[in-house]
Amino acid sequence: MRRAYFKFSWIAAALLAPQLLIIFVFFYWPSAQALYWAFTLEQPWGGGNTWVGLDNFRKVLSDPYYWGSVRVSVIYALATTVLAMSMALTLAIFVDRQLAGYKAYRVAIIWPYAVAAPAVGLAFQFVFNPGAGIFSYINTISPGWWDLSKYPWQAVTAIVIAGAWKQVAYSFVFFLAALQSIPRSLTEAAAMDGARPLRRMIDLQLPLLTPTFFFLLVINITDSFTDSFGIVDTLTGGGPFRATDLMVYKIYADGFRGFDYSGAAAQSIILMLLVMALTFVQFRYVEKRVHYT
Amino acid sequence: MNHKLATAALVLAATAGTASAEKIKFEYWYGLTGDLGAVVAETCNRFNASQDQFEAVCVGQDGYEKAVQNTIAAFRAGKHPTLLQSFDAGTADLMLSGEFYPVTKLMADTGVTIDWADYFPGIANYYSSSKGEFFSMPWNSSTPVYYFNKDIFAKAGITEAPITWEGLEAALVKVKESGAACGLAYAPSSWIDLEQFSYAHNVPVASNNNGYDGLDTELLFNTTLHVQHMENIQRWIEGGFATIRTQAAGKTARDSFVEGECAVFFSSIADHNTIHKLTPAFAWDVQMIPTYEAVERNNTVVGGASLWVLSGKTDEEYKAAATYLAFLATKEEQQFLLENTGYIPVTKSTYDALLAEGFYAKEPFINRDIAMKSLTVTETGPLTRGLRLGGMIQIRAEWTAEVEAALAGQKTMKEALDTATSRGNEILARFAQTYAGKSFP
Repeated sequence: MRRAYFKFSWIAAALLAPQLLIIFVFFYWPSAQALYWAFTLEQPWGGGNTWVGLDNFRKVLSDPYYWGSVRVSVIYALATTVLAMSMALTLAIFVDRQLAGYKAYRVAIIWPYAVAAPAVGLAFQFVFNPGAGIFSYINTISPGWWDLSKYPWQAVTAIVIAGAWKQVAYSFVFFLAALQSIPRSLTEAAAMDGARPLRRMIDLQLPLLTPTFFFLLVINITDSFTDSFGIVDTLTGGGPFRATDLMVYKIYADGFRGFDYSGAAAQSIILMLLVMALTFVQFRYVEKRVHYT
Repeated sequence: MNHKLATAALVLAATAGTASAEKIKFEYWYGLTGDLGAVVAETCNRFNASQDQFEAVCVGQDGYEKAVQNTIAAFRAGKHPTLLQSFDAGTADLMLSGEFYPVTKLMADTGVTIDWADYFPGIANYYSSSKGEFFSMPWNSSTPVYYFNKDIFAKAGITEAPITWEGLEAALVKVKESGAACGLAYAPSSWIDLEQFSYAHNVPVASNNNGYDGLDTELLFNTTLHVQHMENIQRWIEGGFATIRTQAAGKTARDSFVEGECAVFFSSIADHNTIHKLTPAFAWDVQMIPTYEAVERNNTVVGGASLWVLSGKTDEEYKAAATYLAFLATKEEQQFLLENTGYIPVTKSTYDALLAEGFYAKEPFINRDIAMKSLTVTETGPLTRGLRLGGMIQIRAEWTAEVEAALAGQKTMKEALDTATSRGNEILARFAQTYAGKSFP
């Protein structure tokens, strides 16, 4: 690979400065603050703090319920990612094949991405409500079968579906763009060789989609770790009995509701490390199978 | 967190820029929302119209929790309001931080007279220091009661609403036998099932006289009558005399009651007004929370919120805030609050005057003073003053999660309460470590 070298230029530095300043003020400064709090016990109203070293981390990591929270966060992230990406890919392939009414779908499918997470949670509350929602019809057949306040797996399913629904739109846009950038000549050549649509999809389109696939995998997993708060808050509130207490939600509950700033800061650092580690693994191992053209 | 701080600072800078020079303004952040929030805003309008020296700038913060969170963020940026409406569970940190201006001192310093002895002891003790100095100004106050459907009770042959748990259980059995679909609409509430239950039975929630005497406090509720009580509730649910009614389970306890489905539910007296507004299609009434027969009944303790004056403001702003607080304490303003909400009077003179006027003898206020009887049934003792626990919100959350797990059959009630206690103790120890060397004033 060839490398390009640039001379230092004051103009370039001046042009970059505002952007760097924003990144520093809104990303690095709060992160540094959180890192500092994670090693202290911070009094919420100011008035000082005590250095406690690794105590906060020790406390969090020795809590069995915290590991429960990590476990459900990983399940949530993987399940929403798989569900959202497979739905998005299916829809994108349909739209790419220009089935009837595809123009309307193309616009409509993008909409969910513009809906805020708490609104998604609220909307799904109507769907999943055991007393009045669409799912309550199950209860008319078999009373008491669907109850989010009783069955952890149902609550987890509910937030996974809501989370995936929200992420479908984003992945859809990227998949569609990638599909449409596949040269027609390739598809036509395959068609002339006698490949039917399904065969063309498996042997031609999917391999050519791998860069997009990889990009979306990283984004979706990161997103489902960090952006699930609104859905959990409105749909389950972390319940029943902590079954949907995702890491992000726990950070909010401990830090903002419980005024335990230091415990929440330690949890944020752990979450950050976890997401970084997952991203690293993806780049190290998954990216090897990606073919950039 | 710093995003929030920056936004709060920006919003404040924008509002502060419009301040005019004529009236002395002070800012007041309140947590009440909806209809109740509108009542708070109305008290500000009434105050501003009542005199031309001061102006209250009242800002709703969308809930008690948010009000405290936002105030902390603003405080750390030096942009906080003079007055904050805070709920009980959020104030332990504020008390220990010392960043507030005790209202007794505020009134003395600004020359505003308040008859502190006029406050009900059950209310006064909750909001004052060990030396009897008021930290914050009692305002919207409540206590729990139970609401019952008179028609269902009559059909089941119950003539009087029981005031013992044994009596209530017998009533719930009769209600079930009479063919009613749902007896008690139960939603776990640590405020009612744990805290107020313990006050009424004079049993401790925590050591150190419920935390008043020091920070090295430990929870005790897994060793008291509370355990048997929770086991009873579980037994009622299993026996079909009670049903869990929460938002997550499909319908809240209050909705289940108002729609005529369930015969009984427990809630704050503040709901009295709300239920009247929802106009249920049946006769209903309220009764004190029951106690067990073997135990002599003690007073319950006030809930709701109080108004805190924060440090770091100018003398003028303090004078304005003091005037507003004194305005709220007048009989007219207390009555305004009572008529528009389900809250209760906080001073004896107001209560006596209302009784003399026959206020509680006419609808929709009939029997709303059951709450007053519950609060004043005995003088407050060391275990019936209230709670001084750090991390109260987290402790309540631990209790709720564990009780829900027990009710869903994941563990026994005793195991659940043991876990809630030990996890709560960790929270308390952490709180004590954060404020090492300090004690509640």
